[in-house]
Amino acid sequence: MTDATAQLTTADGRPLKAALAASMAVRRRRAFLLVAPLFLFILISFIIPIGQMLLQSVHNDTFSSAVPALSAWFDENPQGSEIDEAAYAALAADLKLMKAEKTAGSAGTRINYDVAGTRSLFTSTARKADKLEAPFKEAILAAEPKWDDPNLWRAMRSASNPYTIDFYLAALDMTRDETGAIVAVEEGQAIYKKLFWRTLSLSLEITALCLLLGFPIAHLLATLPMRKAMLLMILVLLPFWTSLLVRTTSWMVLLQSQGVLNDLLVGIGLIDDEGRIQMMYNQTGTIIAMTHILLPFTILPLYSVMKTIPPSYVRAARSLGATSWTAFRRVYLPQTLPGIGAGGLLVFILAMGYYITPALVGGADGQMISNMIAFHMQKSLNWSLAAALAAMLLAIVLIFFWIYDRLVGIDKMKLG
Amino acid sequence: MTTATNGEGFVVFDHVQKSYDGETLVVKDLNLSIGKGEFLTMLGPSGSGKTTCLMMLAGFETATNGKILLDGNNINDMPPHKRGIGMVFQNYALFPHMTVGENLAFPLEVRGMGKSEREEKVKRALDMVQMGAFANRRPAQLSGGQQQRIALARALVFDPKLVLMDEPLGALDKQLREHMQFEIKALHESLGITVVYVTHDQGEALTMSDRVAVFNDGRIQQLAPPDELYERPKNSFVAQFIGENNKLPGKVETLDGETCTVRLQTGELIDATPVNVREVGQETLVSIRPERVEFKPEMMPPGAHMIDAEVLEVVYMGDIFRTRMRVAGTEDFVMKSRNTLGQTKLHPGEKIRIGWHPQDARALDPM
Repeated sequence: MTDATAQLTTADGRPLKAALAASMAVRRRRAFLLVAPLFLFILISFIIPIGQMLLQSVHNDTFSSAVPALSAWFDENPQGSEIDEAAYAALAADLKLMKAEKTAGSAGTRINYDVAGTRSLFTSTARKADKLEAPFKEAILAAEPKWDDPNLWRAMRSASNPYTIDFYLAALDMTRDETGAIVAVEEGQAIYKKLFWRTLSLSLEITALCLLLGFPIAHLLATLPMRKAMLLMILVLLPFWTSLLVRTTSWMVLLQSQGVLNDLLVGIGLIDDEGRIQMMYNQTGTIIAMTHILLPFTILPLYSVMKTIPPSYVRAARSLGATSWTAFRRVYLPQTLPGIGAGGLLVFILAMGYYITPALVGGADGQMISNMIAFHMQKSLNWSLAAALAAMLLAIVLIFFWIYDRLVGIDKMKLG
Repeated sequence: MTTATNGEGFVVFDHVQKSYDGETLVVKDLNLSIGKGEFLTMLGPSGSGKTTCLMMLAGFETATNGKILLDGNNINDMPPHKRGIGMVFQNYALFPHMTVGENLAFPLEVRGMGKSEREEKVKRALDMVQMGAFANRRPAQLSGGQQQRIALARALVFDPKLVLMDEPLGALDKQLREHMQFEIKALHESLGITVVYVTHDQGEALTMSDRVAVFNDGRIQQLAPPDELYERPKNSFVAQFIGENNKLPGKVETLDGETCTVRLQTGELIDATPVNVREVGQETLVSIRPERVEFKPEMMPPGAHMIDAEVLEVVYMGDIFRTRMRVAGTEDFVMKSRNTLGQTKLHPGEKIRIGWHPQDARALDPM
């Protein structure tokens, strides 16, 4: 850098950069104040909850906070130590504490994630906690022999540390064996990996279908005369404005085995009454309904890109000797890529997290990972596992986003 | 007529009509024969049907009625890619996702030409428009004039016999436009191709063309070489559209073969050449070019009529003086006189008498 550029000053001798900053300060402040409400809103309603969710997937203190004495014992005695009288004494002290603070239920629930049927063990023993006397080992085992289970103690040891990756292990169909090593769960219990694969493949199928179906419509929209294009646009947007629930239930009316479509097929004699096609409560139903619902998300970005492509490009290609197919493939299609990318990515991301439609029309094998997340949020109340599953879903979406950025470039995306 | 007469028409429009909505005709009975190697310009205001004609020739629109022949073959039902016509578009239509080289190679590639031959031809075409160093650029990295050259090279690279240009210079600034006019003209002459050029810029039409077809209202109003078009417009529309023109409405007083006199609405009598007036008493519009108006009696032919004029404004334009006058009731009668050493300086308010050679004033249809 030369001296001249390093020491540029204004006419009255102030450094140029400082003068520029000062002159822009008011405008910058005003711009900041204008976006401040939205920024706060996003912070409170989006960033903080997401952060909490991510925290919850690795941090669960419902058990560890209820058992201070046991935590201390686990700290002093490493994995594999004999469960001695001191351990049972600590357990008895904690059970008393649980009874006093009414935390036996939630602490038991936490252990119940790992060892089934232990929630009642905690609540029933805690009820009798006041009557327990030394030697505690005999007293507790006398009250509830199940406390002798080494699996239970291993689960309690792992839960006594509020920070754990066990929920991610569970989300990947893995668990810890007796020695604490990470192993895959038994064949019959593995569900999540399969579900992730299904979510991924369903989403990809739906995205491909949406692009395939949406491309010609978007092209029509972009090339038809104004009046007709408006009419078609309304037809595209009308379902978009209709409630998701209404659209999904209307698909149920259409697709069910006693539904409109099957009745029609039986009516025209294409299938007989016994051979009604099962189009719902399976993956077919999920794919049909979600493709329909997500279609506008591909049409609109494609339309906005196609609208900016002048017809003279294809005409030029044709006049240069290209057949209409070559002109489409070599000239038109490449120019719609930003729209294909934007629409495809949008639909893919939305499909990955879709919940209501698969829940209603998906049946058993049309369920997606978000249905499992909802299950853990609402039914099993294992929020940490739900958070771990959600975090993995988020990670998958981000990975696809990254791949897209590398392949196409995010700056080339055009949403509208 | 210069090149128009050599041989039969290379491109022939035979009673071509075009309608988009079935109610109005955009092109009404077009008959046009374009000679091989000719540079023909379709000139006209927007909506006059000139671009539609070009699009029909290129194959992007179909003629509603009539035939279009290219080199003797009816091409009405031939798809655009089989016509082998090069085309330069108004916005250049360079493919933005391809480099300049790929753009030029495209027409050769779709013709199945081998790679080495392709590269050879692309290079030659780029050198022809002095853009040899730009093969690896993207169109967006080029200036308007450079894009124009590439579009031109792309339309020529596959050696078409006919090249269509749809207002190709419309987006360029004045200086570049004039420069490109000469380059296009030079290319036309050196390559011997036939060019059909569409523009609404009359200056462009006059400087480049062998013949100009002036379009208005779906018809060719006049088809003539530039000089004839300018000096001997066949009707009021052409007279108005090409160059600046003074118009004086009146009635034919006497009619005598090559000359006539016209009684203006304000009573003065002027000389004119009858163009499309046929009888005495007919309404007419006399058109006179500003540079053919004289105010010195010694410049006038003997016996020519002169009329009174009052100078309203004199604009110094460097090479000429543009004098606006009140003549026979109109206030926008313009006279252009050369800025020569001995030129008489006129001043606003001055009362003079003006006149012209009878053949410079043309008695046309009363619009």
